[in-house]
Amino acid sequence: MNGNGNKNVKAGVYVCHCGTNIAGKVDVSALVESAAKLPGVVVAREYKYMCSDPGQELMVQDVKDLGLNRVVVASCSPHLHELTFRKAMARAGQNPYLLQMVNIREHVSWVTDDSGVATTKAQALVKAAVLRSYWNQELERRRFPVNPNILIVGGGIAGIHAALTLADAEKQVYLVERQPSIGGHMAQFDKTFPTLDCAACILTPKMTAVKQHPNIHLLTLSEVSEVSGFVGNFQVKVKKYPRYIDEAKCVGCGECIEMCVYKEGKYANEFDVGLGKRKPIYMPFPQAVPSIPLIDRETCIEFKSHKCPKGCVEVCGDRDAIDFDQSVQEIALEVGTIIMSTGFKAFDPHRLPQYGYGKFPNVYTSLEVERMVNASGPTLGQVVMRDGRKPKSIGILHCIGSRDETTNKYCSRVCCMYSLKLAHLLKEKTGARVTSCYIDMRTPGKGFEEFYRRVQDEGVRFIRGKVAEVSGWPLSPGEEGKLVLQVDDTLLGEIRRLPVDMVVLAVGMEAQADAEDVRRKFNLGCSAEGWFLERHPKLAPVDTFTDGIYVAGCCQGPKDIPDTVAQAGAAAAQALSLINRGYVEMEPNTAWIDEKLCSGCHVCVGMCPYTAIHFDAEKKVAILNEALCKGCGTCVAACPSGAAQQNLFRDEQLFAEVEGVLA
Amino acid sequence: MTETFTPSIVGFFCNWCTYLAADLAGTSRMKFAPNVRVVRTMCSGRVDPQLVLWAFRNGADGVLIGGCHPGDCHYQEGNHKALRRTLLLRKMLGQFGVEPERLRLEWISASEGERLRDVVNEFTEQIRRLGPLHAAPAKEEPVAA
Repeated sequence: MNGNGNKNVKAGVYVCHCGTNIAGKVDVSALVESAAKLPGVVVAREYKYMCSDPGQELMVQDVKDLGLNRVVVASCSPHLHELTFRKAMARAGQNPYLLQMVNIREHVSWVTDDSGVATTKAQALVKAAVLRSYWNQELERRRFPVNPNILIVGGGIAGIHAALTLADAEKQVYLVERQPSIGGHMAQFDKTFPTLDCAACILTPKMTAVKQHPNIHLLTLSEVSEVSGFVGNFQVKVKKYPRYIDEAKCVGCGECIEMCVYKEGKYANEFDVGLGKRKPIYMPFPQAVPSIPLIDRETCIEFKSHKCPKGCVEVCGDRDAIDFDQSVQEIALEVGTIIMSTGFKAFDPHRLPQYGYGKFPNVYTSLEVERMVNASGPTLGQVVMRDGRKPKSIGILHCIGSRDETTNKYCSRVCCMYSLKLAHLLKEKTGARVTSCYIDMRTPGKGFEEFYRRVQDEGVRFIRGKVAEVSGWPLSPGEEGKLVLQVDDTLLGEIRRLPVDMVVLAVGMEAQADAEDVRRKFNLGCSAEGWFLERHPKLAPVDTFTDGIYVAGCCQGPKDIPDTVAQAGAAAAQALSLINRGYVEMEPNTAWIDEKLCSGCHVCVGMCPYTAIHFDAEKKVAILNEALCKGCGTCVAACPSGAAQQNLFRDEQLFAEVEGVLA
Repeated sequence: MTETFTPSIVGFFCNWCTYLAADLAGTSRMKFAPNVRVVRTMCSGRVDPQLVLWAFRNGADGVLIGGCHPGDCHYQEGNHKALRRTLLLRKMLGQFGVEPERLRLEWISASEGERLRDVVNEFTEQIRRLGPLHAAPAKEEPVAA
């Protein structure tokens, strides 16, 4: 590089042991020794935990006593502790951006077998950081105000809880739900484990509270179509799909449903997972919020032939709420924070044909059974099989689509507990012999193990083994007309055949089918399974890698209702913390253009994804608007004259770093 | 010579995907070839071709650029720009007498720790087979401002 750049540099190098995490592999003393010899370094030290108070104090004191103007900390990933050490730098009275971190834990000690090799690699990285630090400059963070409004995407129990928490704090909440009603999966459940509270009894008051809350603006049948902006200042576009009933005019009397030309329900009711029937004009379920029917365009005669007598319109009369001309509305929102609570999708057991779902009518998913045992469900709480019989024996199969190499490797966390709950309910309602086939019984939670014991005491039988197949081929007279479970009983050590009348598949949880599109829209990370990625699994469990966007509930990974509600509360608290502070500070890693060097070639103008660069025709140079720049540095890489530069990542800094790692 | 040859490789990893994948590989205690030394950039779109040339000139035997998968870029499409530049640069490298295979661009997302390990191992092995790059020492003039 041009010149040394280190003329007035007084650098301190601090090597962290991280207990034995680093020191157990890297020869820390050798590292300190080599660092001390680098030009510009006036002090090099090691310490057991640099991030601890005494560790930071060591550095702060040196900065003050020795007048250090560069500090290099060799420890963990900058994603973990860069902020910690920058703050220490500020406490010492120095500009935080004169600090340089070196990642010798995640990138060296944890991934290298040989101690000597690890030390050499660490030495190169430290040298690179020291050389780079010569070019570090004093920078100031940029401040922007935070819009106090919040967008919550998904109105299941997570979204509902977060919305109520924030609305009670006097914040304006926009709750966007794709379905015609809020409530999510929880609204479909009958009872909740392990207390056996009725799900509707605890959920519907909260749903009503959402509707009545003056600070919550509820948008059902709506989807977010576009998100732009940044933390504190998001611009969101929402598409509201037509309900064909005016939400402002409808009083929810339901007379229109009565008057439909269809006297009986004819089409599969989505809420009852196809077990019940509905008309083209219908309420998703009795406690739906908003309590307003909708018309299904695909099945309504008026939409199909325009020849319907329209009893619905007639009975609605002066209220005039039915509107066949409604179209998709686009709503623009401005919010400062976003909470993602988009939930999960139940595993589709068609993917595992050995369990006969869709082939044998009496094979059900757990969600279907939830609806069946529910008093307001399609069978009014009666457990009646598709062939009209009442089951005398029931088999519950755990881990369908979970802990399975061919589908999902992870544990869905809730299936053991809900299977116990369903075993209890089915036994209570039918008196049938209930057998549960499990791989491992997983009941970690408050009152969970006690519930397991209770269900055992009630006489539910448990077989430790995963069912291999559900077949309809009898091999003995006792198996005639039955579904036969073939299961390897790992406690008895033998293969058993169990004839049952009804099979319940305890299906696991999967990420929503369009999780991939959604995460792109919101610029989120995603695990390989499709769950939205939290910023840190332990220390930032509801933050994401996009500042100002938080995750709650099952969109982040399988979890039960108590954990979902706890996470929703945490996400609301994180959003509130940002809103109450009132401003955000942005990394000063923006680009700038040196007008003297700019040749006016226009290359950078087209490069910028945020249209932050425009061409000044008078001066014949490119002008960069810092407020729009997000700091990717693409313009810098493209500029042929070296006129575009990026703070924190200037050419000099990166060239010096490359030189250092190769030394 | 080749048996004891330890390749020097510079990795330009973007802050949001590949750098985090390397962090994840660390947190998962995966062990892999120590030859790739990582230089963090905010986006793979920041990787100026001159940085790559500078690395070769300073003794790198290989350069690995890591970015987000197409469509996943934290900055919308910086990775596409990195791809365009890399394709062109590889052609130029050939003209300079540097095997184009010494420069590689990979999409590695934040959750792909295993993939990061495999790519690093595989690329290191590839460079080992290619042998050392005999580029002119970069003592005299710098290549960039």
